[in-house]
Parts: sequence; C-alpha cells; structure tokens
Amino acid sequence: MKLQKATRCALFAVLELANNPETQLSATDIADKYNISANHLAKVLRDLGRAGLVESVRGAGGGYRFCGNSKRTTLYDLVLLFEDVGEAQQGDGDDGEHTEVGAALGRILNEIDEIAIATLRSITIATLLKTMHWHAERESRGVA
Amino acid sequence: MSNKTNGEEYLFELDELVIRRASAGDMSAVVDIDQLNTGITKPEYWKDTFVRFGSRSDRFFLVAEDSGEVIAFIIGEMRAWEFGSPPCGWIFAMGVNPNARLKKVGSHMFNVMCECLNKAGADKVRTMLARDDNLNMAFFRSQGMMGGPFIELEMPLD
Repeated sequence: MKLQKATRCALFAVLELANNPETQLSATDIADKYNISANHLAKVLRDLGRAGLVESVRGAGGGYRFCGNSKRTTLYDLVLLFEDVGEAQQGDGDDGEHTEVGAALGRILNEIDEIAIATLRSITIATLLKTMHWHAERESRGVA
Repeated sequence: MSNKTNGEEYLFELDELVIRRASAGDMSAVVDIDQLNTGITKPEYWKDTFVRFGSRSDRFFLVAEDSGEVIAFIIGEMRAWEFGSPPCGWIFAMGVNPNARLKKVGSHMFNVMCECLNKAGADKVRTMLARDDNLNMAFFRSQGMMGGPFIELEMPLD
C-alpha cells in the first residue's frame, strides 16, 4: 500500500505528538525530524486540528499538541482523513473488469485491499506507540 | 504459581481476580460468556472442547474468576510442524464477559497463556481471526501481536 504524502505527514505528526503528549512541537520541529516540507505539514496540521486530533498552543513555547484519544483513534481513521480508501468494492469501473480475467484480477486486488484495511483498522495510535517502544526495548536487549 | 483453593492451582492472582485451569464445572459459565459475545449457545461444543483441552499438559484451557465468578476464558495449545512451522503456541479461543471489559482481564489472561506456552517450549504465539473481528484484532494487536509469515487460505467445498 502506497500512502500519499499528506497521509504520511499526518501519521508522522500525530504519532510524534502523541508520543510526547506533554510537549508542544512546531510544524518545523516535526518537519525537520522527518525530513518533510514544513509548508505541507502546516496544511496537514490544520486538517488534523479540524478533525480534533491536534490543537495549537499560542505564545512563547507554543506549538501543536495531541488532543485526541490515542486508544480509540486507529491508523485507518487517520488515513481516511486524507485518502479515499473505503471498503474495497468490485464494480468500480476499472478497465477490463467486465471480463472474466478482469473480474478474477479484481478479486485478488480486493483481497489485498481488505487485508490492508483490516490491518490499519486494528492498530490504534496507542498500540503503535506501544509496539514501537517494545521493539526498541527488544533491540536494546539484542533480541529484535 | 500461587495459592490453591479446592485443589485448583492459581496461575495468577491480583486482588479478587484469579486465573486458573478450567474445570468441568466452569463450562456453563464459559457457554454463557461465549453466548454473550457471539450470540450463539453451544454447550456441546464447549463440553467437547473441555474434554480435548482441559487435561493435557501441552493444552491450556484457562478461566479468570473475579470474586468467585468466572468472567473470562482463553484456550491455547502447542502445535508443531504445520507446513514447516517449528513448535509454536496457538491461541484459538478467548472470551471476556462484556461487563468485565476494560479491566485488563484479557491482558492478564493473555500474559498467563503466553507464560504457559513458553514453559511448554514455544518461543512464539499465533492466532487466527476474522478480518472484520475488530474487537479481538485490536486486542491482540495491543498485546504486541503482528502479522506473521503464514497466510490463511480457504475455498468452498460445495
């Protein structure tokens, strides 16, 4: 699955902010860390603000902070804000899908999409951060 | 391993919550919990499952009890060499009474099951879920499970 640039920016921003809930970070802080465009990220952060996932704090030391529910927000919820990845459907009008071969190919592609969607739906922000910390801890023990 | 009551050894104990191997007398509670979660009552299935999984050292049918009431169950076993897979722990059933959710009962049961399977020789644990079973999928993900190297395949036989 190839995610669009805005989706990747959103995932980086939300996960970075949710991983540091007490800290406010500017768009530039996040953009520098992930080597992405600060201008593009600023637009994405506005969209995330409208979705109730981040909020901006004004003044000295201000920036963005995570304000969503990390145990209830899944990666799928985030992806859906920026991409059209609804339920995989046959009959979306792809070339050749009216043929036997096209329909068979469509079923395989739907299978791949359904697995990807099920995976994204099952991983909350909290779960992803937890597994990230477990992985780091296992690496530090040399067992990853 | 800790206390024993009525000859049953506790595998885990925290306040009023205990986790132990299931006994035949627990099956009516297991049937009820399963019915609450799936909407299907299947006493014969659970009776048979207890016979097959309740008494072997490499099979684990565990229940969680809160203040004497059975509120959850989990079943796992060791499997080996299925299409080349080295010995591995499998969890294939789990249920928590909906009224007992969000109290980490499932997490405690999962951890105890992993300890049992690890002691039985497993260094990995697997499970298989329906793609749309978001509740259980999110639970097992939150425990650290991820997609593994095997893919489930099936076909209709009619």
